[in-house]
Amino acid sequence: MNWIDIGAVEDIPLRGARLLKTHAGCIAVFRTAEAEVFAASNSCPHKGGPLADGIVHGQKVTCPLHNWVFDLNTGEAQGADTGRIAVYPVQLENGRILVDLSAAEQRSAA
Amino acid sequence: MQKLVVIGAGMASGRMLEHLFEADPDAYEVTLFNAEPRGNYNRIMLSPVLSGEKSFEEIVTHDDAWYAANKVTTRFGEAVTGIDRARKVVIGANGEVPYDKLVIATGSAPFIIPCPGHKLPGVVAYRDLEDTNAMVEASARPGAQAVVIGGGLLGLEAAAGLRLRGMEVTVLHLMGHLMERQLDEAAGYLLQKDLERRGIKVICRASTKEIRGTDRVEEVLLEDGTELPADIVVMAVGIRPAVQLGKDAGLEMGRAIVVDASLRTSDPDIYAVGECVEYQGNLFGLVAPLYDQAKVLAKSLLGQEDTFKVRQLSTKLKVTGCDLFSAGDFADGPTREDIVFRDPARGVYKRLVLEDDALVGAVFYGDTADSNWFFGLIQSGEDVSAMRDTLIFGPAYQGGAAADPLSAVAALPPEAEICGCNGVCKGTIVGAIAGGATDLGALRASTKASASCGSCTGLVEQVLSVTLGDAYAAPRAQPICTCCELTHEDVRLLIKSKELKSQPAVWQELGWKTPNGCHVCRPAVNFYLLADWPLEYQDDLQSRFVNERKHANIQKDGTFSVMPRMWGGITNPAELRAIADAAEKYKVPTVKVTGGQRIDLLGVKSEDLPYIWRDLNAAGMVSGHAYSKGLRTVKTCVGTDHCRFGTQDSTGLGIKLEKILWGSWTPHKVKLAVSGCPRNCAEATCKDVGIVCVDSGYQVGVAGAAGMDLKETERLADVASEQEAIDLTVAFIQLYRENAKYLDRPYKWVKKVGLDWVKARVVDDLAERARLVAAFELSQTVYRKDPWAEHAAEQTDRYTPIADLTLEAAE
Ligand SMILES: Cc1cc2nc3c(=O)[nH]c(=O)nc-3n(C[C@H](O)[C@H](O)[C@H](O)COP(=O)(O)OP(=O)(O)OC[C@H]3O[C@@H](n4cnc5c(N)ncnc54)[C@H](O)[C@@H]3O)c2cc1C
Ligand code: FES
Repeated sequence: MNWIDIGAVEDIPLRGARLLKTHAGCIAVFRTAEAEVFAASNSCPHKGGPLADGIVHGQKVTCPLHNWVFDLNTGEAQGADTGRIAVYPVQLENGRILVDLSAAEQRSAA
Repeated sequence: MQKLVVIGAGMASGRMLEHLFEADPDAYEVTLFNAEPRGNYNRIMLSPVLSGEKSFEEIVTHDDAWYAANKVTTRFGEAVTGIDRARKVVIGANGEVPYDKLVIATGSAPFIIPCPGHKLPGVVAYRDLEDTNAMVEASARPGAQAVVIGGGLLGLEAAAGLRLRGMEVTVLHLMGHLMERQLDEAAGYLLQKDLERRGIKVICRASTKEIRGTDRVEEVLLEDGTELPADIVVMAVGIRPAVQLGKDAGLEMGRAIVVDASLRTSDPDIYAVGECVEYQGNLFGLVAPLYDQAKVLAKSLLGQEDTFKVRQLSTKLKVTGCDLFSAGDFADGPTREDIVFRDPARGVYKRLVLEDDALVGAVFYGDTADSNWFFGLIQSGEDVSAMRDTLIFGPAYQGGAAADPLSAVAALPPEAEICGCNGVCKGTIVGAIAGGATDLGALRASTKASASCGSCTGLVEQVLSVTLGDAYAAPRAQPICTCCELTHEDVRLLIKSKELKSQPAVWQELGWKTPNGCHVCRPAVNFYLLADWPLEYQDDLQSRFVNERKHANIQKDGTFSVMPRMWGGITNPAELRAIADAAEKYKVPTVKVTGGQRIDLLGVKSEDLPYIWRDLNAAGMVSGHAYSKGLRTVKTCVGTDHCRFGTQDSTGLGIKLEKILWGSWTPHKVKLAVSGCPRNCAEATCKDVGIVCVDSGYQVGVAGAAGMDLKETERLADVASEQEAIDLTVAFIQLYRENAKYLDRPYKWVKKVGLDWVKARVVDDLAERARLVAAFELSQTVYRKDPWAEHAAEQTDRYTPIADLTLEAAE
């Protein structure tokens, strides 16, 4: 595990998201409740819609382009659609967001 | 005998001493220091003392007789100022005491916001008897006012106590809902409602700027300029472990004094217990774990083995009548699943959080009868998959039915209005049903309910089913989405009749099955709320589709388009130059003239948006709202100014209309046109509102369409004056805003309610027309503003990454 501090929880609007730029591409960091943050790929497997711009509801996000819905826990597309986005471990410590991107880096290195 | 010195006579050390003397009364000769001028008392019962339900004597846990019987030397009212580890002595204000073993139990100190005025007399924390007495004293003056800063456990108990003493109380809370650490939004909403019912005012998202007063506190000033008069200000915004002694003595520190599982610090002869310790990264703020620590510490002091374990915690608020419970972890971490149950009639909300088939968190409001059973499941971590479907109904109910979709309607009081057109309330309908009107047709005939625009038909049918039970088989209307059982029309009407003014209010009172809706219902509910309560409800950007949230249209490659407003389609060289400059500066790949007489810049990157807006703003241009469910454009032709056929100043009217209407949100987009003569160069006869100028005045048409459907406008009215044409337009749009289903264009809505129904309100009933115009204008006092300027100034964050890890040097 390699935890990186990327910012404060308050930097992300409630039920919103911000982008995180990494060497392995853009990752979307979502905040669903006061202290609940998820990190996942920003790119929708359907047609590449920017998921950080989607509507966040419950622990899900809806892609802004064609309304595919993804569970932020598992990354699985919901309902009739099939597909998956990569999700990354997140930890909150004293209001700071820590993400572990080892999985993303391995993927880009491979 | 060994000498034991204890610093701090608080809840943790009191309990520890009890265990110690019970196990071996003769092991130690104890000296007990306390900064407060008294011995151990039950601090958590200060709230009943504040409210007057208990006296201080009733909450004392150890009295003089007890200390004497256990031969404890008490040094109350004396703060310890230092520890000399080399000489093994504790330094008190009145002299030193040697120790063989030392226990630090100094608890926490309240956190005080260092805003100007925080030192004025009358500003207190809520931690000890002195604070409590200061509050009681302040409440003695008739009509006294209190401001409590902090809407957590402590702040709310203080507020409730002060209110019971007859004070006017306002609670200021920084976050979006009360007790955000223990409750989710829905439970926070119910709590706020209960407190408000008791006469406590609650202001969320309130940031304190300054406390003012000459000799003592007089008022509190918020960042937004609000001034609140106050005779006393209670700060309950958090606590900090009181660890100065440990730090000065050079003990190992984290955020508090670090201890091992036997409560020993980095010095083998010094222990610590209570809120001043840190164990495996955890801090403590509730008594349950401190009691566990006390037990372990007593054993450690007697040389026996035991280890402290961190357990799950549960929270209850000690305010009579506010029944809430929260436990475990309901807001953190991946792989979670929610089960939500709401009973609007009883004001009950329950939420369970599952992970890997085990219950990990629970939030209840209004009904906490089974909370212990659920807390047991959380602590045991047992597999609950077998009872998952009925889990939320509690231990007594394993194998039952789902929540009743009709409960929202059942909960309505008889005076709740069901049919707005004809002013029919629920009681009248129920009365008519009892009188034999047992179907929709009969009800319409006898009460006129749902006989006009028809949008309340679903509600009337629900009243029928609630009243008649199984005897009535209602045709099922389409609910908004799977989050609820109600149609758009039902939700709109209930928002009005039940005066629901926030999203959590809608979720709770209308029985939503998800924590906060989904991408289908939430944008609709957000619009309904802001349309009905423009002043009370705050528009929620996170409930808008990307285009409206970012004030630009997303393109298929994830870039955006930017289109400045050109009032009535009129521009000038300076604006054109600024647009050209912006297009070059931000390398805009495509510049297009649109069908709405505007210039569109396509292909702008998200992070450039605030900057290109700033540039366009500087040239005097504002957002063209080309992305919104709101007023888009007013197209015009040149009219009498230049055209030889023109009959009226069509350009002038178009500009006036656009300046009145811009910024407003509507159920779907709204496009207008004004043509200067019946040759209709502005194509006004296929618009949502199209005005055609003629010699005798203005022909106002509505409900046209030129998209997937093609439809000519229908004539609303012919009027002589420009002002009347404007009023009709505004009144029509406001009626549409108040009644239409989200995402119905005006032509679809008019088809449902009928043009005659619209005319009756907008054209014939002059009082209603005036009301509609005034209601629109009221809403525009909030929304007639340029979102670009606002976002470019305050929200640039939204458009930039939270962090850019590609800039960091490789390790
Ligand atoms: C109004 C109120 C309501 C609460 N309600 C609840 C509740 O419902 N449930 C719950 O679980 N918890 C509740 N709490 C929290 C609970 O009271 C604390 O967790 C608990 O009291 C902490 O115990 P402690 O022994 O660590 O510290 P304390 O009880 O604060 O005792 C520390 C003592 O050390 C003394 N001291 C500090 N420094 C020195 C020094 N240098 N020299 C000498 N003495 C010193 C202090 O004067 C104090 O008397 C409430 C707290 C308050 C204030
Ligand atoms: S690109 Fe996400 S739904 Fe089509």
